[in-house]
Amino acid sequence: MNYKTIFSTLGRVILLEAALLLLPAGVSLIYGEACISAFVVTALIAAAVGGALCLLCRSDKRNLSIRDSFAIVSLSWIGISLMGALPFVISGEIPRYIDAFFETVSGFTTTGASILNNVESMSHGLLFWRSFTHWLGGMGVLVFIMAIMNKAPDRSINILRAEMPGHTVDKFTPKSKNAAKTLYYIYIAMTAAEFVLLVCGGMPLFDSVVHSLGTAGTGGFGIKGDSIASYSPYLQWVITVFMLLFGVSFNIYYLLLLRRWKNAVSSNELWCYLGIFAAALVIVTVNIYPMYHSVSESVRLSAFQVSSILTTTGFATADFNLWPQLSKGVLLMLMFVGGCMGSTAGGFKISRLTAMFQIARNEIRHSISPRAVSAVRLNGRTLSAQEEKGLLSYLVLYLAVLVGTFLLISFEPLGFETNFSAAVSCVNNIGPGFSLVGPAANYSVYSDFSKVVLSIAMLMGRLEIYPLLSLLVPQIWAKARR
Amino acid sequence: MKIIICGCGKIGKSILESLVREGHEITVIDTEPSVISSVTEIYDVMGICASCTSCDALSRASVQSAGLFVAATSSDEVNMLACFLAGRMGAEHTVARIGNKENNIDNLDFIKRELGLSMIINPDLLTAQTIYNILKFPSAVKSETFTRRRFEMAELTVKSDSILNGAVLYYLRSRLNIPFLVCCVLRENKAYIPKGDFTLQAGDRIGLLAAPDDMHKVLKYIGILQKRAKDVMVLGGSRIAVYLAKELTRSGNNVTIIEKNQSRCNELCAALPQAVNIICGDGTRHALLSEEGLDRTDAFVSLTGMDEENILSSYCALDRKVPKIITKANQDGFGDISEKLGLDCIVSPRRITADIVTQYARALQNSQGSKIETLYRLMNGAVEALEFAVSPDFSRLNTPIKDLNIKPGILLAGIIRGSKTIIPAGNDVILPGDNVIVIAANQKLCDLSEIML
Repeated sequence: MNYKTIFSTLGRVILLEAALLLLPAGVSLIYGEACISAFVVTALIAAAVGGALCLLCRSDKRNLSIRDSFAIVSLSWIGISLMGALPFVISGEIPRYIDAFFETVSGFTTTGASILNNVESMSHGLLFWRSFTHWLGGMGVLVFIMAIMNKAPDRSINILRAEMPGHTVDKFTPKSKNAAKTLYYIYIAMTAAEFVLLVCGGMPLFDSVVHSLGTAGTGGFGIKGDSIASYSPYLQWVITVFMLLFGVSFNIYYLLLLRRWKNAVSSNELWCYLGIFAAALVIVTVNIYPMYHSVSESVRLSAFQVSSILTTTGFATADFNLWPQLSKGVLLMLMFVGGCMGSTAGGFKISRLTAMFQIARNEIRHSISPRAVSAVRLNGRTLSAQEEKGLLSYLVLYLAVLVGTFLLISFEPLGFETNFSAAVSCVNNIGPGFSLVGPAANYSVYSDFSKVVLSIAMLMGRLEIYPLLSLLVPQIWAKARR
Repeated sequence: MKIIICGCGKIGKSILESLVREGHEITVIDTEPSVISSVTEIYDVMGICASCTSCDALSRASVQSAGLFVAATSSDEVNMLACFLAGRMGAEHTVARIGNKENNIDNLDFIKRELGLSMIINPDLLTAQTIYNILKFPSAVKSETFTRRRFEMAELTVKSDSILNGAVLYYLRSRLNIPFLVCCVLRENKAYIPKGDFTLQAGDRIGLLAAPDDMHKVLKYIGILQKRAKDVMVLGGSRIAVYLAKELTRSGNNVTIIEKNQSRCNELCAALPQAVNIICGDGTRHALLSEEGLDRTDAFVSLTGMDEENILSSYCALDRKVPKIITKANQDGFGDISEKLGLDCIVSPRRITADIVTQYARALQNSQGSKIETLYRLMNGAVEALEFAVSPDFSRLNTPIKDLNIKPGILLAGIIRGSKTIIPAGNDVILPGDNVIVIAANQKLCDLSEIML
């Protein structure tokens, strides 16, 4: 393993975080809050650590192996989470480091699971930082670095692959740097569009910023105890639509920018995504209609909740814990689905799911007529046998992580529904679960041990398992002798 | 510049590698998914898995905004068609690799004109020409010429018994009283531009620049002047061997080609003039080589399709003290190792082709400034020698060189003014219409103005 390159990249990531910490510091300055010192102190610590790593581990090797990029991505994410938790502790608003770490991991992984009992008492600076971690984590920190770095090292595509949600990254420009830049331009433009629409709808400025950032990263940290429920129906619709938009692959937006309409609408993942949304919407609306007695209200609430869970955002406008069993069942199933490949959403991803079903269909067909030859098609492309195998092994690992998390937090006497939904929610980066961790409650009921387990589960879910898991392989730490 | 490369075999990949280092935006098209995935994993390029002649694939690669289109598949016809399509779809310049079949190359000018190609590359012919140049001038590891042969550049290795070992450049030049220049030195894989007080050591690889006559005298003084190779033995009857044999017989050399395959031998017999001696037999057997006169030959060139065979039989020739040994090795790693172990003259068709395309791309980039006439990569690519035709807009015309404030790692090595050659000193100036030879270590130049700080 190429320690020098890995740690110098890690140093650069932490330096970037130091610079970005100045943004919430600015927010605190505007509101005249005391937590500004917490940000400045953290920024200084981060600058010192990052600078030291950069200086000590200077490397002229530009060649990254796949294992190096895995290590870079996982260590960077752990590093920024450890560092990003400091402002909460230093300001004293979340006094215990474990809690702050959970909150930060939940932020960067765009989960949105919180341990805060009283969100509304938090200072503006910290609230902004919480939501900003969503925004940064949604598209990826290393993607950001790649967009602003002068020259990407060879094989940098592996970093993009390891960090971007999705099993394939189709580069749509020849250079990674330009691809990363384009992604961020689209991301920024869409976030800004949502912000404008929210402000026009009468949402206060600060709330609009925070909610736009939270929606863009499909995160879901709110700033009110009841999340979005107290805002006007128009604002709820705006957020619903943007949640759905951020769950769509960014490649499609790029194709739209190039006016290649035909290629853009040919993606079967997109249609599948919209189909799942529509089906769930209809079922839940019909199911909850007796509770609200108003078509418009049930459609609005059901659309919001469905898109929030489907895109793994985790905002809420109603306590779906109180909804009928069928709706809860549908929402729980949606947690496993997730958004499209190449979006900021988490979860298992629609294209994996469609491919999986095709594999199953082919197997059935094969058992009926053994000579049948069939293929798995994904967005107009046929998957190779190797890729099919990769998908199946991902499914196994995904289930293993899910089961492992569930078992480890089952030490808590909180009931099956709570524990299971918490595990599902964290692995899929959603946020709220059911029962004691439902939208109206939070994760403060868990012990420190379980919080660490859930934090790891969130990171596993965000980085799609392989990078973090590869850190456990001893060979990856072997150093080149000469 | 946006560049599209079609076909990513051996040649395509080395072109790709060299262009990536230049920092271009590159899209690769190949039919083989495994090739695409391996290439996109290693290099920062976009890959498209499709046929090179598919208009859909070309438009996905945004051929309409491409500055350069290179078709380097192993099929001449595909390359011609791909270039034709790309040109019609809006690619600015198209380069086709043609020459994989010997009968395709007789009407190249017509094809080039009618298909609107900017350049045709034939890796085998380029390699044969390089080998021919070396054989004409066997004292050097490698030799290159600049415009109208005014200057020659020779690369050679300092042996421990040479008078160059331990020589200080300043004294060397004053003792010889011949205008020549040691313009670069490669020591332990690091390239230097030596100053006057530089001391040469055994094992250094040096680049000499001088006018042809002066070069002759310098090499004579150093004591490594070899006469032109007369009898040449070629191992392997590849296409390169055919081109080489034709060139060599035309200039009066005796050529022996050793080829294993009987039917290939018959083809060679038909294709080559009578004077070429064709032997059917396994050239890796040392007994056969000595029987066919390895001990008498002036030069041994191994050109089989296998790097390993070439390298091993070259060691056999080295053992028999053949004066000049040229080895074809396509894998860069093999070449580097065998250079360390005593075979100093390695030619790689991949590298030669990649250099040509790179030079062409570099020249396209600075269509405004001083034109790049020639570009050579020396010292395993660590050093570049470029020849610029000075444009009238060059900002520092008529300024003495000592006032030019030239960047470190760059040497203004020679000026060609009409029929005069100048090895410049501090008071010389650059005039419009000159050709200037610049040596750049560890950096890439696109324009003459970049040599100044």
